[in-house]
Amino acid sequence: MSHENEFKSLVWGAVLLLLAACVPLVANGYWMSIALTIAMFTVLATSWSLFSGPTHYISLATAAFFGVGGYLVGTGMSDYNMDFWTMVAIAPVVGAVLAFLIGIATLRLSGVYFVIFTLGLAEMIRTMVSWIQNNFTGSRGLYVLTDLTEADIYIYLVILAAVVYLAGWWINRSRLGFALRIIGNDETVARHVGINTATSKVILFTFSGFVAALVGALIAPRYTYIEPNGVFSPELSFIVVIMALLGGTGRLWGPIVGVIPFALLQEYINANYSSYSTLVMGIAFLVIVYFLPRGVVGRIEQLLAKRGRSTW
Amino acid sequence: MDIIITGLLLGGTYALIAFGLNMQYGVARIMNLANGEFLVLGALAAFWIFVADSISPILTMLIVAPLAFFGNWVIYKALLMPLVRRAKNKGQLEVDSILATFGMSFALVGIMVSIHGEYFTYSYLAEPFEIVGETFALNRIVAFCFAVLIGVALWLWLFFTRPGMAMRAVSVSTEASGLVGINVQKMSALAFALGGAVTTMGGTLISTFITLDASVGVIFTMKALIIIIMGGVGDIRGAIVAALILGLVETTVARLIDPGLTLAAAYAIFVLVLLFRPQGLFGRKPT
Repeated sequence: MSHENEFKSLVWGAVLLLLAACVPLVANGYWMSIALTIAMFTVLATSWSLFSGPTHYISLATAAFFGVGGYLVGTGMSDYNMDFWTMVAIAPVVGAVLAFLIGIATLRLSGVYFVIFTLGLAEMIRTMVSWIQNNFTGSRGLYVLTDLTEADIYIYLVILAAVVYLAGWWINRSRLGFALRIIGNDETVARHVGINTATSKVILFTFSGFVAALVGALIAPRYTYIEPNGVFSPELSFIVVIMALLGGTGRLWGPIVGVIPFALLQEYINANYSSYSTLVMGIAFLVIVYFLPRGVVGRIEQLLAKRGRSTW
Repeated sequence: MDIIITGLLLGGTYALIAFGLNMQYGVARIMNLANGEFLVLGALAAFWIFVADSISPILTMLIVAPLAFFGNWVIYKALLMPLVRRAKNKGQLEVDSILATFGMSFALVGIMVSIHGEYFTYSYLAEPFEIVGETFALNRIVAFCFAVLIGVALWLWLFFTRPGMAMRAVSVSTEASGLVGINVQKMSALAFALGGAVTTMGGTLISTFITLDASVGVIFTMKALIIIIMGGVGDIRGAIVAALILGLVETTVARLIDPGLTLAAAYAIFVLVLLFRPQGLFGRKPT
């Protein structure tokens, strides 16, 4: 990509983000809540694909980090009388440390170990937290009472999205992004040309853990009442994976293309046919694998490339 | 003593489930994350038939096994073969099969929830039985015996028949076994179907002493995966030892600390294995 092109996409990105930031001015109630959901998943799916896109490692740990963020805000404010913003500052650091440790333990090994480990991570943390609550702290539900409105949280998440996009753009240009792309293509080759594969993977995974925990912390006031069973719901990890892959992880802006339609679809299913939501997720996975292996964006690029060849 | 025997009995059933997944992953090279859902299907069938006609789960197992075999065979042929053909390398097949089997897993959970959304509660052989002076539930012992029986039958088949030998050859190397005239595709489909049938039978057995529900499959998939990794992929002896260890540790933690922490205990073992013996208990370090 030439520098002029890059500058253009930066300007476009900035314009779109500004437009997104204007949503609270026009939307209210129901639509504001949907916009907030979309913003949340945009940040989660984009930071997920920063790591999983180039490396092809399927991380299912999003719910764990998200839950840690939300839960820390809850326990900090209810049990220890901490300020909301203090907890928002602490939560992502804890998420990052957790991601770092998991990364060190599993990312040295083959991809399957990583998938399996992250698969049950949220569930394990949930059972541990419930156990600690039942036996030591005594409280089950935690209240997060702030005077933040949904529109406020939405704005914070849009700002966070901007930061994630900038970070992604920077990583793509840096040596780190280059290294990750080589790892994704062939890990053996990467190791032989002198890339420290484990370190590169751990850095990116830590970043995604940081962001997911931050999102969990920021969005906690939305739920007011935090319960381990709610914030550590493993479903979240799968939804993020579906959204990111549906959009396509080949481009930085790919995931959002999947986030918007799938969030709307989920909203519709949950409102009308809530008992089928699991089935819909299953079908979504199968559709992605069999019909959209490179996501919607990948498919469109493929079609454009084909047309380009036939007309010119 | 009580804990040790209960743990070993549980471990025996775990070994059978892990055996099923081991065939699918070790021979057919498909990391089947919908494995646990087949286990739950076996449990659902046992529950359903027992409640409707009070037919013994052991008989149900014999009906369910061929159905699961056929179902898994169709899944392999129709859904997984295209992925195997499409994959350019091992990594891509891994990612594709993980995503596809996740899809199947969710779809199956969705279907099962719509069939029966509550717990599969039924009571079969919940009678006391005495071993070395302590009492155990008879259903656990019956399940363990059948798990051992099925395991031994499979082991005999794998080690003393020609198709069994071919299957072991495929698990060692797909390329080399193709070169010596083994139909690798046929063997992979067979292994996948057989693995699915074994897991489903394991589910029927487990449902006699643990109450399951439609969405619990993923927990069993994870336990099976932990056992396989601990034992080493394709290593039957390692898997049995690993399953017994897992059963023992889970029972110990559940009895002495808190039943809610069994998953955390399984995870702790998993982390220790990953950190210190990623090649499995009896595996050799790759050169």
